[in-house]
Amino acid sequence: MTHIVIDPITRIEGHLKIEVVVEDGQVKDARSSGTLFRGIELILRGRDPRDAQLITQRICGVCPIAHAMASTLCLDSAFGTVAKIPDNGRIIRNLIFGSNFIQSHILHFYHLTALDYVDIAQLVNYEGGEAMLESIKAFIGRGQPGPFLPRYEGDYRLPPKVNQQAVAHYVEALAARRKAHEMLAIFGGKMPHQVGIVPGGVTQGPTIDKIAAFLWRLNELRDFISHIYIPDVLAVAQVYSDYFEIGAGCGNFLSYGVFDLDGSEADLTKRDRLLKGGLCSTDLVAHPLHPSKIREEVRHSWYADSSSGRHPSQGATEPQPGKPGGYSWLKSPRYEGQACEVGPLARMLVNYAAGNAAVRELVDSALSTLGAPPTALASVLGRHAARALECKLVADAMADWVLQLKPDAPAYVEYELPVEAEGMGLTDAPRGAIGHWISIKNGVIANYQAVVPTTWNCSPRDDRDQPGPVEQALIGTRVKDKENPFEIVRIVRSFDPCLACAIH
Amino acid sequence: MAKMTQEYPVVWLQCAACSGCAVSVLNSASPSIKNVLVDELLPGKHVNLRFHPTVMAASGEMAIQVMEDMARDLAGGYLLVVEGAIPTAMDGVYGSVGERNGQPVSMVECVRSLGQRALATIALGTCAAFGGIPAAKPNPTGCISVRDAFAAHGITTPLINVPGCPPHPDWFTGTIAHILLQGLPSPDDLDEHLRPRIFYGQLIHENCPRRAYFDEGKFAKKLGDEGCLYELGCKGPITHADCPLRHWNNGVNWVIGNHAPCNGCVEPGFPDITSPFYQKLQDVNIPRIGEYWQK
Repeated sequence: MTHIVIDPITRIEGHLKIEVVVEDGQVKDARSSGTLFRGIELILRGRDPRDAQLITQRICGVCPIAHAMASTLCLDSAFGTVAKIPDNGRIIRNLIFGSNFIQSHILHFYHLTALDYVDIAQLVNYEGGEAMLESIKAFIGRGQPGPFLPRYEGDYRLPPKVNQQAVAHYVEALAARRKAHEMLAIFGGKMPHQVGIVPGGVTQGPTIDKIAAFLWRLNELRDFISHIYIPDVLAVAQVYSDYFEIGAGCGNFLSYGVFDLDGSEADLTKRDRLLKGGLCSTDLVAHPLHPSKIREEVRHSWYADSSSGRHPSQGATEPQPGKPGGYSWLKSPRYEGQACEVGPLARMLVNYAAGNAAVRELVDSALSTLGAPPTALASVLGRHAARALECKLVADAMADWVLQLKPDAPAYVEYELPVEAEGMGLTDAPRGAIGHWISIKNGVIANYQAVVPTTWNCSPRDDRDQPGPVEQALIGTRVKDKENPFEIVRIVRSFDPCLACAIH
Repeated sequence: MAKMTQEYPVVWLQCAACSGCAVSVLNSASPSIKNVLVDELLPGKHVNLRFHPTVMAASGEMAIQVMEDMARDLAGGYLLVVEGAIPTAMDGVYGSVGERNGQPVSMVECVRSLGQRALATIALGTCAAFGGIPAAKPNPTGCISVRDAFAAHGITTPLINVPGCPPHPDWFTGTIAHILLQGLPSPDDLDEHLRPRIFYGQLIHENCPRRAYFDEGKFAKKLGDEGCLYELGCKGPITHADCPLRHWNNGVNWVIGNHAPCNGCVEPGFPDITSPFYQKLQDVNIPRIGEYWQK
């Protein structure tokens, strides 16, 4: 019996420790542990409610828009503006949010994931003469190849030419994700931590020059997604195809839906969205989602047991470091007592189950290219494929939305700050379902709770000792080489963990 | 004969952070992040980023080993970049960087041991420079700045603060370029908060394109109105940064350019003194404000 502890898990956002027990080459037990607590929910108390969407963005610098949107929808619901946002405001919010989806997914595949599959060191043999690859060769030749070495060894399988191309694409992707943020800033002001999304709409309406500037950066990115990102995912999938049978996870999928197509419905779970919300399991039968059934449990988290099992609208954050039985700063969100996976795979499956034609076409086509059955989707590679396909879907939709903007129409609606109100904001971030809940008393924030995507995915065991989704994905995995446990890190990274988010 | 490249090893430590500073540096347009990581950033000089949890290939103890090897083998010869504030409450239990021999390595301990042996330290972002968001009231985890952490441990390693939430990538790459070309900044190059004057020497207010509106007393009353954003909460008059000149994200836009008020994110007072963000600055002596209302 061997304990493998990987702390820190690198190439994610934030601080995560993974511990597995391996017996006879197979993972028998797994623990996912978040190792940094900041207490943003506590910091929000007593503040002007309007500040929530700026402060909660600082929960995470990779996906601040997720928080800006969840918080702003939450404030809109508390301020009475949630069904009154003018179309320009709704569309610009979608464009800002979508730009970060594109950035986040490209960053994830190339800069967080790729080094598990792509061998940069091989470039020392490059003879092709192309300037950029020659510069990589020179860099390795200088003898200080950090941060690309050291690393696990023994399982880099891409053929040399494919590998070379992947390295070139890693570098191209650095520019692509930077451009996605530039595109975002056209309407968001700056990125990270944009300033455009506010309760009531957005700070600045569209102008014709912004529309054109945005559209052409978007077209460049759509090109990258279709001709570089998706083909690279498929190329890796074909060579590492055993990973369609590794990392299945809990098999329950949850999404609130994302990208409002119509802003007139006050109930966010009934709102028409590009990707709809709901639940499904691997049977691909769609079920509606009722946010009232969400609870956060803390038996194995470093929070007071007395605060366990509450709905987030009544939630509390009472840190208790060193609490016996606790092993993580993440709480355990559960839906009707079930652990649920969230993220691009959940969105694709929930929408596939609901009969979304565009999603079905994209997913079926990819499965057919790979010769993989639908059951293959709940896996390491299924997650990477879902993320890439979703990236294309979102980018293509954005090209339509930007042309729906009307330069002379309003982008913002005024409101009165309430003295007392409750609010809830639900949307889906690049990494999955995100919800913010607020309670306003005497005109200030009395309570604020966030349940964030990675909180679901990397949660520890709940009050019934049921492991969280990543823990379940690890249990049962065969580990070939305990000194180089590729399987473990490939599984964990397929979830695209964001720990600053998860704990907040 | 080719000249040997001079290597500048860098350890990038993430403490109580959101990674926004790292993402902002990835957004560097010129030099690109590829230029910074892979190329000789300036002729004959390579910035050798060996430890950075967000991008490095190594996981787990292998990664911690890289960090410890640098502190031991390159003592006095590496640059330490700290992103995020340092949680000190309860002996640093609220934040660990990793694990060594079955024990958590706390952020407090990492900053102390790496800071002590560094050639110089850059506190990147407002959290590292001043405490920032996690140190905001009620500061549940006892977060402090790198400067305060160094003072508490008697560490005298040269320190440069490059604040911002996040900082503009140019402020970081420009500070690195200064070190490569001219060595560490002299005390005159930095203000009282150890911020490079070249980037933080002037107020937003001094260079704001809406300054004429302010001087004429034309204030926007609600979002979308023309005019100065002072009454909508702009903290430009007390915020030292060159955003109006440099703009953000390769020049496409900036905060006030997007009709949003400046929230003072480079200041020691961010967020507690510069918020509420959408409420007018109170009790501040700004030239001309009193003059207008006295007319």
